[in-house]
Amino acid sequence: MKHMTRKATRHVNQNEGLIFEKSSAGKAAWKLPPLDVPEVDASALLGSSARKDLGHMPEVSEIEIIRHFTRLSTWNYAIDLGMYPLGSCTMKYNPRVNELVVRLEGLANGHPYQPEKISQGALRIIRTLSDCLLEITGMDAITLQPAAGAHGELTGLLMVRAYHQSKGAPRKKILIPDSAHGTNPATAAMVGYAVENLKSNAQGMVDVAALTAQMNEDVAALMLTNPNTLGVFEQEIHKIAEIMHAKGGLLYMDGANMNALVGKVRPGDFGVDVMHLNLHKTFSTPHGGGGPGSGPVAVRQTLEPFLPKPVLVTKPDGTLAFDYDRPQSVGRVRAFYGNFGMFVRALAYILANGPDGLRQTTEDAVLNANYIRKGLEGIYDLPYSTPSMHEVVFSDKLQAKKGVKTMDLAKRLIDYGFHPYTTAFPLIVPGALMIEPTESESKEEMDLFIEAMKSIAEEVEEDPQTVLDAPRSTRVSRLDESAAARKPVLRWKPGT
Amino acid sequence: MRYLPKSPADRKAMLQAIGARSIGDLFAPIPAEYRLERDLKVPRQMAESEIVDWFRERARENGDSYTTFLGAGAYSHYRPVIIDSLISRGEFLTAYTPYQAEISQGTLQAIFEFQTMICELTGMEVANASMYDGSTAAAEAAMMAVRITGRRSVVMARSLHPEYREVLATYAHHQNLPLSTCPFDNTGRLNLQELEKSITSDTACVLIQSPNFLGTIEDISSVAEMAHKKGALLVVSIAEAVSLGIVEPPRQADVIAMEAQSFGVPLGFGGPYCGVIATREQFVRQMPGRLAGQTTDRNGKRGFVLTLATREQHIRREKATSNICTNQALVALMVNIFMTIYGKVGLQELAQHNLAKTAYAAGQFNKQAKLLFSGAPRFNEFVVQTSEDPYAINSRILGHKIVGGLPLRKFYPELGHAALWCCTELTTRSAIDTAVGMVAESERSVKAAKEEVDVQEVSR
Repeated sequence: MKHMTRKATRHVNQNEGLIFEKSSAGKAAWKLPPLDVPEVDASALLGSSARKDLGHMPEVSEIEIIRHFTRLSTWNYAIDLGMYPLGSCTMKYNPRVNELVVRLEGLANGHPYQPEKISQGALRIIRTLSDCLLEITGMDAITLQPAAGAHGELTGLLMVRAYHQSKGAPRKKILIPDSAHGTNPATAAMVGYAVENLKSNAQGMVDVAALTAQMNEDVAALMLTNPNTLGVFEQEIHKIAEIMHAKGGLLYMDGANMNALVGKVRPGDFGVDVMHLNLHKTFSTPHGGGGPGSGPVAVRQTLEPFLPKPVLVTKPDGTLAFDYDRPQSVGRVRAFYGNFGMFVRALAYILANGPDGLRQTTEDAVLNANYIRKGLEGIYDLPYSTPSMHEVVFSDKLQAKKGVKTMDLAKRLIDYGFHPYTTAFPLIVPGALMIEPTESESKEEMDLFIEAMKSIAEEVEEDPQTVLDAPRSTRVSRLDESAAARKPVLRWKPGT
Repeated sequence: MRYLPKSPADRKAMLQAIGARSIGDLFAPIPAEYRLERDLKVPRQMAESEIVDWFRERARENGDSYTTFLGAGAYSHYRPVIIDSLISRGEFLTAYTPYQAEISQGTLQAIFEFQTMICELTGMEVANASMYDGSTAAAEAAMMAVRITGRRSVVMARSLHPEYREVLATYAHHQNLPLSTCPFDNTGRLNLQELEKSITSDTACVLIQSPNFLGTIEDISSVAEMAHKKGALLVVSIAEAVSLGIVEPPRQADVIAMEAQSFGVPLGFGGPYCGVIATREQFVRQMPGRLAGQTTDRNGKRGFVLTLATREQHIRREKATSNICTNQALVALMVNIFMTIYGKVGLQELAQHNLAKTAYAAGQFNKQAKLLFSGAPRFNEFVVQTSEDPYAINSRILGHKIVGGLPLRKFYPELGHAALWCCTELTTRSAIDTAVGMVAESERSVKAAKEEVDVQEVSR
């Protein structure tokens, strides 16, 4: 099967222009019912605020819209088509029952300000999900308000800050390992903290000696991803927590990789004080081309007073309600209560799994990553031999000798019918290939992936140009990203 | 477990290939004292049918099939069927952020069209895709103004959504950005004399909402002139996107921070929604959030990529314009499809229906109770002051399976017994008449009770 792919083949797909190019005056895809109240004169009511014209908005029919977006959709790769091994992104199966239940009338049409008396169903969902997430993380209190992981980080650090402030001073710095996601330092800056880099040791883990040296009373918290971005579990986590706590600091855990831990170990048990979860990673809510997500933040009891408001409470009569009287709260981070639709999906996922399913899911995710590691070891450079959890990070060191970089290998993988892995991250691995299969891949799919990666490695040896020219099978070849940034064209204009 | 594609034999073969004796070997890096050796205490594994039943029960407890007069940042509009047909396609639903452009052209072209339509509707030159929601978009827009002007403070209108103001306060607090609040006058518009006084040489921006939280459309030109004269930017928050069909957009603004929920996004008990920031071309490098740009491939063929990524956290880390990573892409796609369906003519007619229903309802309420802020134009919301506490009136209206207007006591206690009512194209005349009838009844009984007291006093 050398240099051929068993997974993918070419098939016809449709060309499709921009929707504006199909527009023609008088076409319509809408119909309003007759007005049951008197018509009004907008100019008379609105005066100079009345709008006369909507510019170049399209005018098209319903079938054209269906074809337009269906055609566009066929130009995308998706989990539904195959393995999507983007490291750190956790591209797992998105169950369809989740999509059904979120559209049930009472849930989809619930107004956030409707009386609590007729909101008990939604509040019960929030409570049940909260209870499950607290049990899974081993933490004491939780907010579901943050809209995504980075928003959860912001919320978590605001609480860290409020906690220290309540003890006298907010402190000045956040320690962040050099392997961290970019959101961590960006978040620290938004909360008014200075960022101090923490070097990794030879195993790709936190250098405990360096941490001891850098930790002092100016440090508010350490932001740690565990397992970290190399897919490595921080084995000295208990020491790390002790070092932080001894100097009054807090341990923040970025829960982006919580899918490696669910049902096997709980952050609350190993010393974490505050953490966020990504419902769109570990708990199967769809990524949808970039969002929406949801980034609940779970904390230890000492941080509970600082949770964003409102906080869900049970009233004496057993009904649920929001409590807005929270004098020590960090405030609101979002209008209303968060991405409720994601809560519904995440809870449906948890119910579908139960304790046994959640544990098996974690085990399979780790099994899959290790299977790929074993399959590709020796063919690609493994910069850290530390045991892998849910993802494995190789480097392009061997292929770079032939002038082929991680991005080139990634583009070639597209021709073999796979979405690429994460390229060039984490920053501590030059030319990284960060592979996360998740639990959703069968042995057969992973065997095809391993075969494809081996075949590409052979191509690099025999005919590197093939790889450098990839992808060849896509609608467009490699796009000129620097031209796009140099002279940005960010919207369609008539006559272009 | 039905989502897991492996047989016991597969697992065994894989462990063998790896050289592990059991799955436990792979979890050896976790120190033994922390390993969870029991089942998680979460509900047992359920069948699909049980899951559906469980959520059906919750949906029934959640105001299933009520008519609503609530708006206040979350609007009940009709959602054309094809929105869900299209966003349910796995290629949109189950794709990641389009970093690998060659296999993400569908998402990227859709984003490019989204950006274009938002520009057309707002009168701005560039738009991102997307922010979490209207509240965080407003906060990020204010921070953007701080970066652009090098000034620190923000003047925000008291008629900006109260929860948006709270979010801005949270964001601004730890960056030491002083906030001040400018009151509204008796037309519901920003008090311009007060505004003039609040803008200083340190004001980065004036942040207003239009139509504002009370439903009033602001005098954008006057506010813009006042802000610009003192070197401050004007940021306008738009919470009711349908207004753009018939209300002139704030073209004089420097940044527009939108909530696009009205465009085809379910109310969904408050989220997920879709924030958007739009601005002038000159400020694009200070704008947070993702942008798709047009370019060409190696054969000169048109294609789209994510661009200007040097603003973003994965490149710039602590110097990024924002920490935002995951956004609201699929919701932005709903908005995109909605805008495409209604388009140039439909959006106008849709807005016209909202205007007509609201004009009728406001007129009817005004006959029975007091309509506040009638001196300036409004779109689809208005404030009604009653003699009785609106919570009490609403609890009676609820008996007709109608949710009355939002009592404003919590947000604007100075308005007394006032509530914010909203009508959209979905509000029927009969629902309006029922609600107005209940308010009329309340007014009559308050009046009768008062007369009774008066009579008693006279006879004493």
